[in-house]
Amino acid sequence: METINNLMVTLNNLFLIITAFIRSFFADPHSLWADLTMNVINFIIVVVIVVLAALILILLERKVAGWTSQRPGPNRLGPRGWFQTIADAIKLLGKEDVTPEGADKFMFKVAPMIIFSLPMLSLAVIPYGYQLAPINLDLGIIYYLAITSISTVAFLMAGWGSNNKYALIGGMREVAQMISYEIPLLFSVLGVVMITQSFNLGVIVEAQKSLPFIILQPLGFVIFIIAGMAEVNRAPFDLVEADQEVVAGPFVEYTGLRWGLFFLGEYGNMTAMSALAATVFLGGWQGPAFFPGWIWFWMKAGIIIFFMMWVRWTFPRIRIDHLMHFAWKVLLPLSILNIFLTGLGIYIYRLVMGG
Amino acid sequence: MDIEKTQELPLNLGPQHPSMHGLFRMVVNLEGEKITKIEPKMGYLHRGMEKLAESRTYSQFIPYTDRLDYLASPHNNWAYVQTVEKLMGVEIPERAEYLRVIFGELARIASHQVCIASTALDLAGWTAWSYLFRDRERICDMYEMTAGSRLTVNIMRIGGICAEPPAEFWPALQSFLDDTPEMLEEYYGMFFGNEIAQGRLKSVGILSKELAENLSITGPVLRASGVDYDVRKAEPYSIYDRFDFKVPVLTGCDSYDRTIIRMDEIVESVKIIKQAVRDIPEGPIMAKVPKVIKPPVGEVYHRVENPKGELGFYIVSDGTTKPSRVRIRPATFINLQMLPIVALGWKIQDVVAIFATLDAVLGEVDK
Repeated sequence: METINNLMVTLNNLFLIITAFIRSFFADPHSLWADLTMNVINFIIVVVIVVLAALILILLERKVAGWTSQRPGPNRLGPRGWFQTIADAIKLLGKEDVTPEGADKFMFKVAPMIIFSLPMLSLAVIPYGYQLAPINLDLGIIYYLAITSISTVAFLMAGWGSNNKYALIGGMREVAQMISYEIPLLFSVLGVVMITQSFNLGVIVEAQKSLPFIILQPLGFVIFIIAGMAEVNRAPFDLVEADQEVVAGPFVEYTGLRWGLFFLGEYGNMTAMSALAATVFLGGWQGPAFFPGWIWFWMKAGIIIFFMMWVRWTFPRIRIDHLMHFAWKVLLPLSILNIFLTGLGIYIYRLVMGG
Repeated sequence: MDIEKTQELPLNLGPQHPSMHGLFRMVVNLEGEKITKIEPKMGYLHRGMEKLAESRTYSQFIPYTDRLDYLASPHNNWAYVQTVEKLMGVEIPERAEYLRVIFGELARIASHQVCIASTALDLAGWTAWSYLFRDRERICDMYEMTAGSRLTVNIMRIGGICAEPPAEFWPALQSFLDDTPEMLEEYYGMFFGNEIAQGRLKSVGILSKELAENLSITGPVLRASGVDYDVRKAEPYSIYDRFDFKVPVLTGCDSYDRTIIRMDEIVESVKIIKQAVRDIPEGPIMAKVPKVIKPPVGEVYHRVENPKGELGFYIVSDGTTKPSRVRIRPATFINLQMLPIVALGWKIQDVVAIFATLDAVLGEVDK
């Protein structure tokens, strides 16, 4: 029993131990050079997370799609088709890089880079385990939401820079959709912020030791998931890249690796959104001690990712005016109601407990 | 370029576009997402069917009719061979008539399944699409057992039908018929029961009864606008007067009813096939027709109820082995007239949905 406990503690703190080991190479483990080295390593790890997540999720998405629509999905390359994404990536690398005539070349080339870099920026503030946030930021949630809203600009750049009407329509849709859904998204996490009195994601996870906030904030969680799916352009809110209407939206003129960057960015954004949902509402790395914290974290994020895929392959696409109505007439009032109810709850709690 | 003002955006939807079934093109003017003008452009799949018929013998033209409405090829065969038979005055055996009805109604089910599936697909319901295509496979298998091919079946002959269905056909047919209620329930649950799908289809693209009649719309599109008209009832051809079936009529006039009426028609088709399987007599499947078909001088028009609407063939014979003129009245070509009128003022997404509910097959539109 003692040894198992020790093992669990070691596993739980595995990455902290590795950090201490690396820092021990320096004469002063907390010197500027040691911090810089650690920052570089953290950055590389976040990049690896984004790329790995995209590689795994693309295959998972296709497997889930196959499973919901009663077909096998990719099953040729490697054991049960697990190498399919790698082959696809190699194919994308070999494609000709086309810049359409009349395109705004600078915007056209910069847009995919911005989109790909955003999930890395937003994943940097997520606590993956006990004291395992790459950057421990006091304004974590605000920073996260600010970063995700930059993608609006990048999509519009891609749409405008492509010199294509479909791309432009897709880009304009993106702007309308993102602006509408950012507000309920922010408002839905405000309830949690009111309870914990902090924007720091680490503090929010610590506060969920006894029970996750999904129980205290069920309405907030539902609003967050819906608005989050709209924010990362997942079906049924994928009007931006709706292939039946605008072919591929802003991506329509992109080929090869540029297109691949959009794809990586999309799946990275999805990972980031699920990671935030798991952190804020499902208790992050907190969980019963039979798994290390970082495994709990990825399990919770994985459940939300699976839920998003399940919804995508079940629902048809919503219409643009219904989308707007839903944001402004349903989600926004509900999220304000959630804030009001949370405030009322805190007031009553303090009255009763005398705090 | 010195005057800056808000302009409408002309946009080409098609001919290469994911939601244009086949090679259809429409030029739309957009005001934001709203459509202010639609100009359908056809002819990208024009193969000159009518002219081709003039240089082929009567029997040689049957495979070409498969390529008209390729989702319901037995119906096209049927319409054509019946026209020729009417011209020649051939009586065809009972068993062949029953088999023709069975395959015709199977084709109707398959065609409606494709229509519902592609409507679902145009609304991004990928899963619903794959379920419907999975069930359609079983009909394709039945075609294959009998005629050897799965899409362009070429199953009818002048004077009868190409082959006797093999022994394994009948159990396959029976199990398909038994499973249809379950299938329809599944389609409804997968797609039509969905709140988003209903929001996309209900009260969208209203085709009023008067407009439908004035544009001579036929088929399910007409019946979804509240007009009770079906060639099988109005002018029974083949042996349709022997069967007990209803013509479903809905009064919603919108995209939703245009799609859901096809589910009701599948139910009626199943009823007809069940009666046909019950009553089918033994006997020959080909009438005695001469090897070289030489109809007498004259002209004839014959129409049938294709899954998409009224399909008519007009043949002029000059007494030789080749028709002097063949004219096809395609159902969806005429149904497509409503698109620029009905879809005005709706969003891009609605136009895609309205176009899908028309069930246009470009092989038939462009001939």
